Amino acid sequence: MSRLATEQFEQARNTIAGHFGVENPQQVIFTAGTTDAINIVALGLSKNHFKKGDEIILAAYEHHSNILPWQLWASENEGKLKVIPLLENQVLDYNAITALVSERTKLIAVTQVSNTLGLVTDLVQIKNIAKKHGIPVLVDGAQSAPHLPVNLDELEVDFYACSAHKIYGPTGIGMLYLSEKWLNDLPVARPGGGTIKTVSFEKTEYAAGALRFEPGTPDISGAIGFAEAIRFIGEIGMDTIFTHEHELVQYAQKELKKIPEVQIYGESENKAGVISFNVKAQHPFDVGTLLDKYGIAVRTGHHCTQPLMEMLGINGTVRISFAIYNTREEIDYFIEKLKKVITMLS
Amino acid sequence: MTIDEIENEITEEFAFFGDDWESKYEHLIDLGKNLPLIEEKNKTADKIIKGCQSTVWLNAELINGKIVYTADSDAIITKGMVALMVRVLSDQKPDDIVKAKLAFVNKIGLTEHLSPTRANGLVSMINQMKLEALKALKGFK
Repeated sequence: MSRLATEQFEQARNTIAGHFGVENPQQVIFTAGTTDAINIVALGLSKNHFKKGDEIILAAYEHHSNILPWQLWASENEGKLKVIPLLENQVLDYNAITALVSERTKLIAVTQVSNTLGLVTDLVQIKNIAKKHGIPVLVDGAQSAPHLPVNLDELEVDFYACSAHKIYGPTGIGMLYLSEKWLNDLPVARPGGGTIKTVSFEKTEYAAGALRFEPGTPDISGAIGFAEAIRFIGEIGMDTIFTHEHELVQYAQKELKKIPEVQIYGESENKAGVISFNVKAQHPFDVGTLLDKYGIAVRTGHHCTQPLMEMLGINGTVRISFAIYNTREEIDYFIEKLKKVITMLS
Repeated sequence: MTIDEIENEITEEFAFFGDDWESKYEHLIDLGKNLPLIEEKNKTADKIIKGCQSTVWLNAELINGKIVYTADSDAIITKGMVALMVRVLSDQKPDDIVKAKLAFVNKIGLTEHLSPTRANGLVSMINQMKLEALKALKGFK
């Protein structure tokens, strides 16, 4: 029983690594999710990489989970968070990044897809700047893993974090990808867990490396569930998923634009997964409550991106999300009911 | 009118809509729009009851042994619910306010707005209304 569990646990690691184009599965570390993964990196880097007064660059539309671990370190070490600003259309101002870089910049931590706006970050531009200055890059992949094909070996970033529950898998499990360099160099921040020595991984150097970051008894069933979810989306194909969702997002965006009372945030061709909008002069919570009565599940509020809300000068948005099971007909129904809701509220 | 009488009145009012939730919500939105405004001087930070998403302002004054509530919200549906609570509990004796069960909310089919997981701050508002009544009862300022 335990041998089977161990086998399946490691098989899960292989499946997930394969899906993300990672040749060495040991570079995939099981975590409790994206937030946990980012914290592991933050704690690790704080031990030997960050020095007092150093700086970290973030994007203006980061989720709180990719702000707080860095802010905590900065607050205790006279560090500084520098923020890549947004252009008027809420797209990141890539031209502003170089000016933010200094000899004290020790990390660029950005989300690949904004969970609030759906905008896709141009990682190539960010990577090029980072490479030029020798700065490591961490990518918050919570929203890219479900919506975009992601090949981590090709992406060549230092860290990538994502969660199983965003890709139809179980909650409380996710992963941290470490580049080969960091698999060896990232200090252990959370020691413990002798149980995993029963796994016979002595044969590779990296095996010991990966296990360093998985103290205690791992979430075996979670990892297996995560891999099953990966298999599920893998069978459909990330290209198919991306194309399908992209069509839905563009169609919904086009239809929303026809409603004069609607304001879309981060309107772009290059977005994935979500659209954020508001109905002029109406509270997003009211719009969401009434859509809910029509059986339409949207999320309202700040979506854990309060700094972004402040920048936009709003207290929240209505966010519609798209997944592989959604259809154009559902968008038509949504648009029809949204018009009704606007009438009810005005 | 007593709290019970007002609750019954509201229940009858809403019974008129039957299962038609759209009309019920339209009525709720109208109630929100017609809620007597809280005085701007009372919309201070200490009067804010913050939900995760919508904000409620509540002011309570003890006048001739009765508590008079005024309130507001930035979301109109929340404001409709606030209007109902003010209608039921305002201008009542503190003792009656503390004891009020507010069973009408369930009867008119709007209980979903009072679940603790809702982000609208209504549960906190009702708690605050009762707390104000309790303070009056105990003679606190």
